[in-house]
Amino acid sequence: MTQSVVVQVGQCGNQIGCCFWDLALREHAAVNQQGIYDEAISSFFRNVDTRVVGDGGSISKGKICSLKARAVLIDMEEGVVNEILQGPLRDVFDSKQLITDISGSGNNWAVGHKVFGSLYREQILEKLRKSAEHCDCLQCFFIIHSMGGGTGSGLGTFLLKVLEDEFPEVYRFVTSVYPSAEDDVITSPYNSILAMKELNEHADCVLPIDNQSLFDIISKIDLMVNSGKLGTTIKAKSLVTSSAGAVKKRHQKPFDAMNNIVANLLLNLTSSARFEGSLNMDLNEISMNLVPFPQLHYLVSSLTPLYTLADVNIPTRRLDQMFSDAFSKDHQLIRADPKHSLYLACALMVRGNVQVSDLRRNIERLKPSLRFISWNQEGWKTSLCSVPPVGHSHSLLALANNTCVKPTFMELRDRFTRLYKKKAHLHHYLQIEGMEESCFMEAVSSLSRLIEEYNQLDATKSMPVEDLPRLSIAM
Amino acid sequence: MSVVTVQLGQCGNQIGFEVFDALYSDSHCPQGLCSKRENEAYQASSKERFFSEEENGVPIARAVLVDMEPKVINQTLSKAAQSGQWKYAQHSCFCQKEGSGNNWAYGYSVHGPRHEESIMNLIQKEVEKCDSLSGFFIIMSMAGGTGSGLGAFVTQNLQDQYSNSLKMNQIIWPYGTGEVIVQNYNSVLTLSHLYRSSDALLVHENDAVHKICAKLMNIKQISFSDINQVLAHQLGSVFQPTYSVEGSCHYRRNPLGINWQIRPPLPGLPTLGKVSLNRELHFNTSIANLVILRGKDVHSADLGGFKDPALYTSWLEPIDAFNVWKTQRAFSKYEKSAALVSNSQFLLKPLDTIVGKAWNMFASKAYIHQYTKFGIEEEDFLDSFTLLEQVVASYCNL
Repeated sequence: MTQSVVVQVGQCGNQIGCCFWDLALREHAAVNQQGIYDEAISSFFRNVDTRVVGDGGSISKGKICSLKARAVLIDMEEGVVNEILQGPLRDVFDSKQLITDISGSGNNWAVGHKVFGSLYREQILEKLRKSAEHCDCLQCFFIIHSMGGGTGSGLGTFLLKVLEDEFPEVYRFVTSVYPSAEDDVITSPYNSILAMKELNEHADCVLPIDNQSLFDIISKIDLMVNSGKLGTTIKAKSLVTSSAGAVKKRHQKPFDAMNNIVANLLLNLTSSARFEGSLNMDLNEISMNLVPFPQLHYLVSSLTPLYTLADVNIPTRRLDQMFSDAFSKDHQLIRADPKHSLYLACALMVRGNVQVSDLRRNIERLKPSLRFISWNQEGWKTSLCSVPPVGHSHSLLALANNTCVKPTFMELRDRFTRLYKKKAHLHHYLQIEGMEESCFMEAVSSLSRLIEEYNQLDATKSMPVEDLPRLSIAM
Repeated sequence: MSVVTVQLGQCGNQIGFEVFDALYSDSHCPQGLCSKRENEAYQASSKERFFSEEENGVPIARAVLVDMEPKVINQTLSKAAQSGQWKYAQHSCFCQKEGSGNNWAYGYSVHGPRHEESIMNLIQKEVEKCDSLSGFFIIMSMAGGTGSGLGAFVTQNLQDQYSNSLKMNQIIWPYGTGEVIVQNYNSVLTLSHLYRSSDALLVHENDAVHKICAKLMNIKQISFSDINQVLAHQLGSVFQPTYSVEGSCHYRRNPLGINWQIRPPLPGLPTLGKVSLNRELHFNTSIANLVILRGKDVHSADLGGFKDPALYTSWLEPIDAFNVWKTQRAFSKYEKSAALVSNSQFLLKPLDTIVGKAWNMFASKAYIHQYTKFGIEEEDFLDSFTLLEQVVASYCNL
């Protein structure tokens, strides 16, 4: 069994991270009734004897003593991390695994990347090495950050290069929250474009998320909860957005519901690697199957169900509905239209009491309405994990490598161009040592190259699918 | 004579468990529909082949379990132990922490050499426990990374180390509509490598077994467990003891001893009959057929239909290509049962399909970087394609 380390950077990263750890604890508590420290828990948590001072306290087997998250928390302001450390999850985090500063990055990628990057490089390296040492077999780093700000965007992507150099064999999965058009940070286009270049070059796999989609999902759930449909009640624990249950918060903060959705994404992504099932899917398989060309590693995710109705009997129709929902735009974590674009690859990660025949039936049913690229007509990767998430009897996470991310990137590039043409706020960046106009130019061309690759694949959409002539053998 | 089974990867281990379970249940089935002495001979023969004895009497499967990550092996070991009737030897497992990531290259080029010694040692130990070894039964899937890549590597090693023993690979042909996106690459690489080192490839297609579960058995929600059980049942009915044709009193010594290697006449020599162009193409031509009959009335069964020369290729006489094994002892409570193992054009279409799809993907170079990362270059792919096209052509020309 392998371990993963979560690196949460910036305000957004840390808030999402906090929700993730809360959810992870709840999930393992529900599955692991006897409190034994098993391999599933060890993928994200260490078992520590808190009576032992210093480093020697790790316990590898037996009863759970005290769980410590395999996490590194980084923020250039103290507010968010301090709140976490004073909150109900304070004991889950190792106080030595934090890096904070006071002044913040001022929503400036250059400050985050160049200034704080060089300032904290050694410390970051030390904390990462420490967390790696605590792992038997480290497989993956999960980086959580936002693209629009300064710390998450700048320092978060600086990290990627460090990870690539120091731990070349370990996967780098990045969960990036992209700014929406109405983002209140004026310089978010600059920050995002500069960060994109780093994601292009140093991430193994990126799961882009946008706030608008999360917000739409919340609204939909609220509508269902409040509509009072006759005869149905929604199980409180099943809300993908709620943190009701183990950890009681005094008041739910504004972004909590949205962050919980992302936390659920990460849990479901790793479920088949942690728990048993009839068709397992490890994290290295995600990269292997969904990334046909190194640059095209952006995956559109969609999660169902978002809530469970209280009737326990799940007829087949409901199961099939889950698959249909996964391919509906309402359940995606990023605004995009995969059905009208080209699929390069698609993964279905199913949890709960779902069998291979249900999978096959639904793939057959949904296939005709989806367009797959000519050389990957049956490009489906599937996994079946026996353990359902808390509050649900089954769930589905669909990850698609689809050309529908192209419009998102093009929009980002447009917003950038509009700002850059006016040279607005540019001086904040250029005054940072190491930043020049060429940095911006390089970042834009990197993005343009990516968009061009998607364009070329899209061009094949209307071409008929023909078999290529095979090798002819002389007998 | 004993068979050592090597179970590789998630698929191999899940199926392996079902096979041993089926073999054990059948052996200890009370209704053998034959005399007590007959039943005891059957049980003893079956036991010797597949199980070894331990002090407290619980039979231990003659198997080596290999997987690159621990979850499945742990599950398999505990399921067997829970049955209370037979189990796996605790030390016959080889396990690592991180899987092969569905990457044939990783399974073959990284895990293979790295763990060669440990795995071969485990197999050696199991071989030493046998009084006489008839061969190896290797269970693996083609679509993943460990079963396919490491499986190919291990089979090669077995060929080098035990060249006199038969090696039969049970390979699982994946569903047509993807379980793994790179399954066609993995399959092509596996088959081309196995062709060079295995003696026989016994194939089960997931699609076909799935249809059996759906149409013939009417199972509503088919799980991999159901599929594996059907498969195990089929394998059991082939591998359980039978009498050799000569009608001797002893059960056939070598369960794998079918004349698998039938070679076509060497090029340049005149063939018995030219390949007639007007032979109907839909006819499934065989080069070898084995029928196994178990239960009531086996001696009076009419097998004339199998001896029809039209079934066989022009350069073979039915007498050379057709074999029957029989036993009166019923299999798994079925009063009468029959199994057919066939080396024919049946798999031509699936093979052709997989090669075609892999070729299309290869032309676009998609995913190739994942393989070259671990030492499998484009030339290796091309070699594999060439070999398989030759196989396709050979079968086509039967």
